[in-house]
Amino acid sequence: MEAPLFCISREKEGTAMIKLENVNKYFGDLHVLRDVNLEVKEGEKLVIIGPSGSGKSTTVRCMNFLEEPNSGHVYIDGEELTHRNKTQLVRRTTSMVFQQFNLYPHMTVLKNLVLAPMKLHHKSREEAEELAYHYLDVVGLREKAHVYPTTLSGGQQQRIAIARALCMQSKIILFDEPTSALDPETIQEVLDVMIKLAKENITMVVVTHEMGFARQVADRVIFMADGQILEEGTPDQFFENPQNERLKTFLGKIIRK
Amino acid sequence: MAGLFSANAWNKVWIYRGTFLMGLKNTVISAGFGLLLSLCIGMILGLFATSGKKPLAAIARAYVELIQNTPLLLQMCFLYYALAFSGHSLGILVTGVLSLGIYHGAYVAEVVRAGIEAVPKGQFEAAFSQGFGYLGRMTYIILPQSIKVILPPMVNQVVNIFKNTSCLYIVGGADLISITYSFVTGENTGGAYAPAYLVSGLLFFIVCCPLSSLASMWEISLKKREDRSGRMDRKRSERVA
Ligand SMILES: Nc1ncnc2c1ncn2[C@@H]1O[C@H](COP(=O)(O)OP(=O)(O)O)[C@@H](O)[C@H]1O
Ligand SMILES: [Mg+2]
Repeated sequence: MEAPLFCISREKEGTAMIKLENVNKYFGDLHVLRDVNLEVKEGEKLVIIGPSGSGKSTTVRCMNFLEEPNSGHVYIDGEELTHRNKTQLVRRTTSMVFQQFNLYPHMTVLKNLVLAPMKLHHKSREEAEELAYHYLDVVGLREKAHVYPTTLSGGQQQRIAIARALCMQSKIILFDEPTSALDPETIQEVLDVMIKLAKENITMVVVTHEMGFARQVADRVIFMADGQILEEGTPDQFFENPQNERLKTFLGKIIRK
Repeated sequence: MAGLFSANAWNKVWIYRGTFLMGLKNTVISAGFGLLLSLCIGMILGLFATSGKKPLAAIARAYVELIQNTPLLLQMCFLYYALAFSGHSLGILVTGVLSLGIYHGAYVAEVVRAGIEAVPKGQFEAAFSQGFGYLGRMTYIILPQSIKVILPPMVNQVVNIFKNTSCLYIVGGADLISITYSFVTGENTGGAYAPAYLVSGLLFFIVCCPLSSLASMWEISLKKREDRSGRMDRKRSERVA
């Protein structure tokens, strides 16, 4: 953590954009998150890695109340996320990119992109479409504006999903294994878009198994297993000099793969 | 007993054709307003059932079970006679509309529920994560996708509600079946059983057959489209692991 002394020059720099405080989550008897504490600063790129079933998705989904913690607190941009304010706060602050894209199949790509800006942010059609085309350019798919999502490849669908998330113009984007459902040959095009994004001041939380990506863009990496954060550090510390035994084993497996 | 080939019997039916058409009109009216009511009830209960709120889902479940597991005839009699004896007679048309609406509302509720549940969970999550509230989620994202699942069985419901107007005969209705029955047992008109029931059946068939053909054609084309995009849909509906 940086010393607060250096942060006073830029107003909000260093303040927590996301904060999980003693978060516990159960699915029935299964204790999925065990007292998780985590802070993500504004503009920070946080990568979460860990074996499957370790609670990575649940952690990220608690950040926008797709899962409601059984105990503990979630703060987004300084405000506690509660059952009452979830819709409003999530709308204002976070957007999410899913493993399965979850584009709306009954709408064209352009409609997918302008829906929320028009219906939720009350933008005019012109404004919303301008925004949509801007982000379609960012992901390099302007020419697909008028096709239906299911006609696109997985990689293209995910890039559209990223564009849709960007159209929300939220401060935080959550990615839950955005490349895990993709054919290998389309993974890189999605990672390239995310690397481009990482250069912006947007706060990113990314669950991924792409270690190259983690090294390249992460400010900080955390390792989860059994619903706990077992190690946390900069990519260099993390990959060059891992401390935790389970992390060492995990990295060994991933890298051999 | 006037048989199928009695010109006299056919003539009788022809003379009273206005009566049959009147019966058809009453049947259409009862079925039409009953359908509207059943759509309202079914929509609300279908949304209750999929709301994820236990008390609301329980209300929907209880209604559906209660209505689907008792005969329509009994419900009609209850509505008509029980209320009549307590001094609040509803009249035959209102009884028809209410009982048909209540009865088919249970089936529509199940159709709506199935339609909503057919939409992959990821669609709800995407909508929620964009900040859509319940109404926005349903209006823009979920229901437009449910509608193609809902429509074919809904058309079948229209056919069923139309045929079920015949139950109104038990409370002395003025629908097509009741009228036919009065006709064949009437003092002046009695006896022309075969022609009367043939005509009556033909009228039902003319209305119902196009509708149910439409429903099954719809279903077949839906299946075809699903098979084509099946791979995509399966991928999308897998739970985020
Ligand atoms: N909706 C759910 N119902 C029941 N169990 C769940 C649900 N979601 C996740 N789990 C369980 O919680 C654990 C953590 O899941 P998850 O957060 O998805 O892990 P990860 O993303 O690290 O693979 C797993 O054991 C998973 O089976
Ligand atoms: Mg996961």
